[in-house]
Amino acid sequence: MRITEQQPGANKRFIDPASVSKRMDGRKITNTVFKTLFFMATLVALLVLGILFYRILSQGLGFLSLDFFQNFASRFPEKAGIKAALVGSLWLMAVVAPVSMFLGIGTAIYLEEYAKKNRVNDFIRMNISNLAGVPSVVFGLLGLTIFVRALALGNSILAAGFTMSLLILPVIIVAAQEAIRAVPQHVREASYGMGATKWQTIVRVVLPSAIPGILTGSILALSRAIGETAPLIVIGVPVIIQFLPSGVMDTFTALPMQIYDWAKRPQADFQQVASAGIIVLMAFLLLMNSIAVLIRNKFQKRY
Amino acid sequence: MVQLMNRTENETQAAVSPLEAPVREAAKPVVYDTKQLNLWYGSHHALKNIDLPIRENEVTAIIGPSGCGKSTYIKTLNRMVELVDGVRTSGEILYRGRNIFEAKYSVEELRTRVGMVFQKPNPFPKSIYDNIAYGPRIHGIKNKKVLDEIVEQSLRGAAIWDEVKDRLNTNAYSLSGGQQQRICIARALAIEPDVILMDEPTSALDPISTLKVEELVQELKENYSIIIVTHNMQQAARISDKTAFFLNGEVIEFDDTDKIFQNPADQRTEDYISGRFG
Ligand SMILES: Nc1ncnc2c1ncn2[C@@H]1O[C@H](COP(=O)(O)OP(=O)(O)O)[C@@H](O)[C@H]1O
Ligand SMILES: [Mg+2]
Repeated sequence: MRITEQQPGANKRFIDPASVSKRMDGRKITNTVFKTLFFMATLVALLVLGILFYRILSQGLGFLSLDFFQNFASRFPEKAGIKAALVGSLWLMAVVAPVSMFLGIGTAIYLEEYAKKNRVNDFIRMNISNLAGVPSVVFGLLGLTIFVRALALGNSILAAGFTMSLLILPVIIVAAQEAIRAVPQHVREASYGMGATKWQTIVRVVLPSAIPGILTGSILALSRAIGETAPLIVIGVPVIIQFLPSGVMDTFTALPMQIYDWAKRPQADFQQVASAGIIVLMAFLLLMNSIAVLIRNKFQKRY
Repeated sequence: MVQLMNRTENETQAAVSPLEAPVREAAKPVVYDTKQLNLWYGSHHALKNIDLPIRENEVTAIIGPSGCGKSTYIKTLNRMVELVDGVRTSGEILYRGRNIFEAKYSVEELRTRVGMVFQKPNPFPKSIYDNIAYGPRIHGIKNKKVLDEIVEQSLRGAAIWDEVKDRLNTNAYSLSGGQQQRICIARALAIEPDVILMDEPTSALDPISTLKVEELVQELKENYSIIIVTHNMQQAARISDKTAFFLNGEVIEFDDTDKIFQNPADQRTEDYISGRFG
């Protein structure tokens, strides 16, 4: 020990190889125990999902026919169809997608590229994330107060679309902010360094790199809007609709509303109709999520 | 290519020798005149009373230990430093006689006259062609033929045309680091600047790429004024006409490169170039 201290540059030794190898067995056992524990947790989640899928498919597939897509709602389970709800959900998306993406991406660009880093803006940034955690019923009440009553839009596609847009806005903003932040600062500097304005830099450098991330986040947020029921109930979206909407001011119904209505009926057959509706809804969501994954994999930029 | 390099070397030596002679050649006009410049990052005083006249068609090297303010100074010359929140300045920087801190001075216009090359090669994740055409495009050139010409001329100017002419449409990130850096130089040339700022342009490059960039700098000074920050003192001695030695945010000494390296006036300059600190 003394010699070590006298030699400059030679390090003192703190790790004793003998005691390390003595503790090795215990460390390996702990490792295995936790690995098994986490695997079991995954298994439970998968099992529940499997049962759910099995129940829904076995109940619903029988009702999934061409008629199911062509019929309106009905008192008789065998005549009940999903046409109005499916078309209604598509209409809803036609309002929600442009409104929420325009507002969400615009806000994210402002916050990331223009807003100065000060307390007020930090407070805003923080609270946008908090908004994403507000229950959807609350957004429904907000929509009821502002769009349905104050702006007198009634229970129209527009009112529901605006409400749903507000609901998913925080998620889109946060996703877009993250995508924009992931664009390295040095490519912005390259652009500014050549005399580009902020706007030119955003349009030509930042957005092209951030768009895949923004789209992925937006699509996932939109698929949440398709599945949401609570805000629609609060706004007073009807269920038994025997016509297709012809414009955004018309009333409508949507997939989750229709499924909810079928599921709460006493007749056993309607439970199966509800399952068929769920299959349609899930196929819809799966499709959107695959598009999101596709975009992410295909267009992601690497530096 | 090799011939080109040799010729440049000879020319460089020819250009250096008059400086060693007792009678100095007449001073070239000043491009950038820095007067009593001070800069603070919040409360941190990063540049202190800088006075630095930078002349046309010369290579001015800025040397000094890490954190002495070299990057800060060069980023102040094109006002890129303002991208950092909480930066304050006092004093003047005259570019071609006009103070760049004037309220009405447009930074965008300044930056089209003053190109910049960064420490880490930073091409856009676009094709080589689109990288070079970026500057001309943002300044309104749309004609494909004109753009083609600018791209070729700029790539030739940066001595990388032969290496990339067959793959102008591939992503710039498929090139090696040294090639990427020359693409960035070509991209800066495409805005037809008057001055080129370079912040340690070779510090991320291998020795051969470094040599190529150094030779390029020698060629470019025929047409441009170049200010280059470098960590490498041999590099400063090899390629620059004037050298400024920075220490703790101050200019300790600014003179002909030969003078700085052979007979510095300040003890601290001598200590630094002889490797006693830094
Ligand atoms: N963005 C910044 N914010 C605050 N301080 C900074 C910033 N950039 C640089 N500095 C400080 O300014 C001083 C000079 O830095 P810099 O110009 O990068 O030095 P050099 O390029 O000579 O290594 C250093 O002390 C550094 O810590
Ligand atoms: Mg630096």
